Amino acid sequence: MNLPANDKKDISIVCFSGEFDKMLAAYTIATGAAATNRKVTMFFTFWGLNALKKERGRKSIGKDFLSRVFNWLMGGRNNLPLSRLNFAGASPKLMSGMMKKNNVAQLDELMEAASALGIRHFACEMSMHILGVAKDDLIDDVQEVVGVATFLNESENAHIIFI
Amino acid sequence: MKHFLDITKETCPMTFVKVKLQLARMDAGEQLEVLLNEGEPLENVPRSCEEQGFKVLSNEPTDNNQHLILIQK
Repeated sequence: MNLPANDKKDISIVCFSGEFDKMLAAYTIATGAAATNRKVTMFFTFWGLNALKKERGRKSIGKDFLSRVFNWLMGGRNNLPLSRLNFAGASPKLMSGMMKKNNVAQLDELMEAASALGIRHFACEMSMHILGVAKDDLIDDVQEVVGVATFLNESENAHIIFI
Repeated sequence: MKHFLDITKETCPMTFVKVKLQLARMDAGEQLEVLLNEGEPLENVPRSCEEQGFKVLSNEPTDNNQHLILIQK
């Protein structure tokens, strides 16, 4: 985006939990920060990676039996659980309906906005290795697969938020 | 050229996200008229536009606790 730079502190968000409501919180902060002229980096690790899978439903990706079972059980963006009162996956759908009714942006809309705002998406090398997830399994918004040292270097001038 | 954006039905953070994305699509010198609600959008949209170096040319109250602001990129 050809917008003037500014000297506000950067925001880095570690997306660890991968729960539906916490991903909403992460993307709300991320897009809000980017829209108010802050450089934003999101680092997806462990369960947070599920939100970035190209396959939105359940798919047994992975290199061995256990990782394939794990990935099938966790699923993708459509299977993110609510952190409270999940009721076997019914609540995220109810919550989405309530958000729609109240004109609150849905996760897909926030993720599209994040992409348009140029928010950087990094995926954690270590947790991808454990879970058997490859970069090709993730959406194109993921710029790089990095380790914690790179994330910290890139977040040197940032507030780091862990969600 | 003057563009128009109604963000009165939007909630945080899409209020200023939509303004920012619309401004990014426009050429320098073009104007954007934004209809917004009082409260957070009115406090934050003009401020974040000015921080980006855009000019807020006018800010007029309309009916129903709304404001019409004019921004020049």
